[in-house]
Amino acid sequence: MRRAVRFLLAIIVALAIFETARHLEHRTSGIPPPPPSVAAPDLSMTDLEGNHINTGDYRGKLLLVNFWAAWCVPCAEEIPQFMKLQEKYQTKLQVIGISIDDKESELRSFYKSHKMNYPVIRGDQRIADGYGGVPGLPTTYVIDQEEHIRGRLVGATDFQKLEQQISSLLK
Amino acid sequence: MNRKSLTLHILLIAIAFTLVLPAFSVATPDAAERDLQPGSPVIMQAQELVQALKKPAKPLVFYVGPEMFYQQGHIPGAEFVGPAERPEGLKKLHARAASLPHNTPIVIYCGCCPWSHCPNIHPAYNELKKMGFTHLRVLYLQTSFGTDWAEKGYPVQKGS
Repeated sequence: MRRAVRFLLAIIVALAIFETARHLEHRTSGIPPPPPSVAAPDLSMTDLEGNHINTGDYRGKLLLVNFWAAWCVPCAEEIPQFMKLQEKYQTKLQVIGISIDDKESELRSFYKSHKMNYPVIRGDQRIADGYGGVPGLPTTYVIDQEEHIRGRLVGATDFQKLEQQISSLLK
Repeated sequence: MNRKSLTLHILLIAIAFTLVLPAFSVATPDAAERDLQPGSPVIMQAQELVQALKKPAKPLVFYVGPEMFYQQGHIPGAEFVGPAERPEGLKKLHARAASLPHNTPIVIYCGCCPWSHCPNIHPAYNELKKMGFTHLRVLYLQTSFGTDWAEKGYPVQKGS
């Protein structure tokens, strides 16, 4: 009787672990960042406000380049977090959103309704190629003050880890 | 009720709960919700598709995601349909599939974003299922096409 109870308990624990692991694997995925020597591209772009942006002008700041789309649920969920980072680090960090939305009206509506506090650009193949391609959404590149790519986050971002990396790079 | 009996009752309730719970999650009218659960035979892993595409009777592969990702890289031979979350994408998928026999082996894939949040797979699957396709599979890309296909070294074709 006791052996049977132990056996059943073991099955329940194993099922619980399996279920937890299954849910976690859908939540986030980090893939190995590119080597630190990879230089970030120097790109000229125009944001939704009509401002010309040269990524090279942000040398000296930490740059977060976030590829996203308004229709992409995990991307949209991250926007408030990126806004908080922009607000918190102000002049030390710059977030740039590169949207791959095909419908500009939907992008502009999202941009306005969320009162996004950093530049958003309508992305294209040239920009994506500049970063070596975008494996999927969301994807965020972490670029250091010397314009080297120090990380690439694919899938839902772990903001706790990202902020640890930001703090470390800002030291 | 003695202690042994109480423990046994609790265990039986826990087991019953574990067994009954999944039944609620599949009890939806949405075919994709019902068929695209982990472990479902409808879901195809990347390696399986690579092997299937080497055979003479290979399946038709439809890409149902955003165009930029298709241009960046897609499965060789995959046909661009467009985002199935949009009515125009669904219309295009319907038009493409309309003349096909219902037993045509078809694989749909997207990989624009994580599997659990892809807005295109479910509408595309539901549409083809509604049309009566019986040999329909869906490629499982957990994080994205780039991560789970291209960067794993599986064949990729660029451009249109």
